[in-house]
Amino acid sequence: MAFNYEYYLRMDKMPHMWCPGCGIGIVVKAMLRAIDKMGWSKDDVAVVSGIGCTSRTPGYVDFNTLHTTHGRALTFATGLKLARPDKHVIVISGDGDAAAIGGNHFLHACRRNIDLTLIVVNNYIYGMTGGQASPTTPFGARASTAPYGAVDSPLDISRVAIAAGASYVARGTVAQGFMLEKFIYNGFKHKGFAVIEAMSTCPIQYGRRNKLSDPVQLLKWVKEHGVPAKKAEKMSPEELEGKFITGELHNQERVEYTEEYELVRQRAQEAAGAR
Amino acid sequence: MDKKIQLWEGNHLVAEAAIRAGCRFFAGYPITPSSEVAEYMAWKLPQVGGTFIQMEDEIASMGAIIGASLAGVKSMTATSGPGFSLKQENLGFACIAEIPVVILNVMRGGPSTGLPTHPSQMDVMQARWGTHGDHWIIAIAPAYMDEIFRGTVRAFNLAEKYRVPVIILLDEILGHMHEGYEIPDDFEIIDRAKPDVPPEEYFPYDDSKGDVPPLAPFFTGYRYNVTGLNHDKSGFPTTNPELIQRDMERQRRKLYANLDDILWYDEYKLDDAEIGLVAFGSMGRSAQVAVDLAREQGIKAGLFRPITLWPFPEEKVQQLAEQVDTILVPEMNLGQLILEVERCVHGKANVEGVNKVGGLPIEPPEILEAIKARI
Ligand SMILES: Cc1ncc(C[n+]2csc(CCOP(=O)(O)OP(=O)(O)O)c2C)c(N)n1
Repeated sequence: MAFNYEYYLRMDKMPHMWCPGCGIGIVVKAMLRAIDKMGWSKDDVAVVSGIGCTSRTPGYVDFNTLHTTHGRALTFATGLKLARPDKHVIVISGDGDAAAIGGNHFLHACRRNIDLTLIVVNNYIYGMTGGQASPTTPFGARASTAPYGAVDSPLDISRVAIAAGASYVARGTVAQGFMLEKFIYNGFKHKGFAVIEAMSTCPIQYGRRNKLSDPVQLLKWVKEHGVPAKKAEKMSPEELEGKFITGELHNQERVEYTEEYELVRQRAQEAAGAR
Repeated sequence: MDKKIQLWEGNHLVAEAAIRAGCRFFAGYPITPSSEVAEYMAWKLPQVGGTFIQMEDEIASMGAIIGASLAGVKSMTATSGPGFSLKQENLGFACIAEIPVVILNVMRGGPSTGLPTHPSQMDVMQARWGTHGDHWIIAIAPAYMDEIFRGTVRAFNLAEKYRVPVIILLDEILGHMHEGYEIPDDFEIIDRAKPDVPPEEYFPYDDSKGDVPPLAPFFTGYRYNVTGLNHDKSGFPTTNPELIQRDMERQRRKLYANLDDILWYDEYKLDDAEIGLVAFGSMGRSAQVAVDLAREQGIKAGLFRPITLWPFPEEKVQQLAEQVDTILVPEMNLGQLILEVERCVHGKANVEGVNKVGGLPIEPPEILEAIKARI
């Protein structure tokens, strides 16, 4: 039987605002299938975002949804999760949202290891505001604020996540939607902070400026630039230049924040009782 | 029953009052002179089953308390100066999305890092207009221990009742001063209205039954959207001019049509006053002593002390202007509250400031001198 996406979508809010050829829909569909696989009730799920094209997701999905300020989604999600540790809080962000303005919150969310799932839709550009350079724009690539090519070196979001302490990190591409679904599902199952980076496509804002304006061509580009982790082990740094490594990059058991805080409560109450 | 008078520091009393008002979530970032609130919360909240978290900055703290409040948990943060500036972004979110939260700002000298360990009253206008865009907000500025306690409880009650962020303004003097105080038990606690309709009939911004629509906590079967964009009654973004006009007017009206409930002030020896003082917070206390000093010398001075600073009790100040020829406004800045007083007085009395910004309070004799210079 075909998957019933409409059950999870707010069909009265359609049509959505994403452009033809955009990768966000593929990620949202993977997320919905993974939620379905978990068997979670819609009432028990919150989807939180910042600002950007990706961050418009909450409006269209039928959960408890929270569209916050640019870069700050993880901070709102932190409050939500600490208030209700028994519920499922998912954050969805663009690359600018997560790694530029939200970069500091991202680092600290990784470090705290709260049981949240962060899905980053990385399209190497600021989609919503008109194609300005983002922290993941490849070196030399064109953007509306990098008309002669980007001078900044891009940030590897997944590597930063691992370094900062995220306990589950996986990277996939929108050319492989079912692999994304698997990563998101494993992220949901993981107890701790999970980061799923989805390498995506923005033909209008990124493709058009970088000789990749055809959505299929851009999709192919994304797929070809992804190197599975196993294969990457055998490749030299030169060969990996400009590529990104895909797969489950990190999976570690680590103390989860809300569980640890429950122990803090017990210690505090014992100390108060002893006085 | 024996009295339980304890020595309280202003900052600790805010924290204790918040817990008694039902606050169970605190997110903060250390900053002088407000850090004692975070420390108290870190110690006490887990004892009562609540949650304390130290965030990476004030932007994050503000986001976290909004998130927790949306889950139905009364939440607050505390900060000062530079931190209050960082709160403003998400404070605006709490305004437009109408999420109850409480923010304590213990004022220190500014701008920028300014005077971290000394008092000021320089955030009068920032408390009202700190975040961008049209918005309506409540700010409470207590002056005495009992007002700090009851003002904090009141801040939570007003936040819950009107779905609005409420700011408590202390200054370094009040935050760090220790005084004897007995915690009362004769206070009311108000919780936000919950929907009385089934989920399919619920809209988080539905104005058909009043200006403050009930707010369903997340995860209770009412699945809806919350956004910082202008929105329709379902919480979904809109650019419809009529809907936005109507929603913004409602957000203003929900406070300004309820001033009788929201406004709180004190009048001291105003009945026969011939010269008026308008002052708040710690400088309200200084001014009250100055009134007594003036009266000892046969000068009929009186004090109007707003405790709700925003919305400003403008009718009261208008009445004062009908009664006296001169109004003095002592404040620890170079003229902020005075702008609002002048607006209300509208030329009907002579309004003059008594100002100090070096980090020292304006002492009662200084205010007395200012009074004597005008008669
Ligand atoms: C504080 C703040 N600064 C800037 C903006 C403008 N802005 C909106 S979305 C955006 C970037 C979006 O890019 P990204 O996060 O990569 O998401 P995408 O739209 O590509 O999905 C910016 C800069 C804003 N809304 N708020």
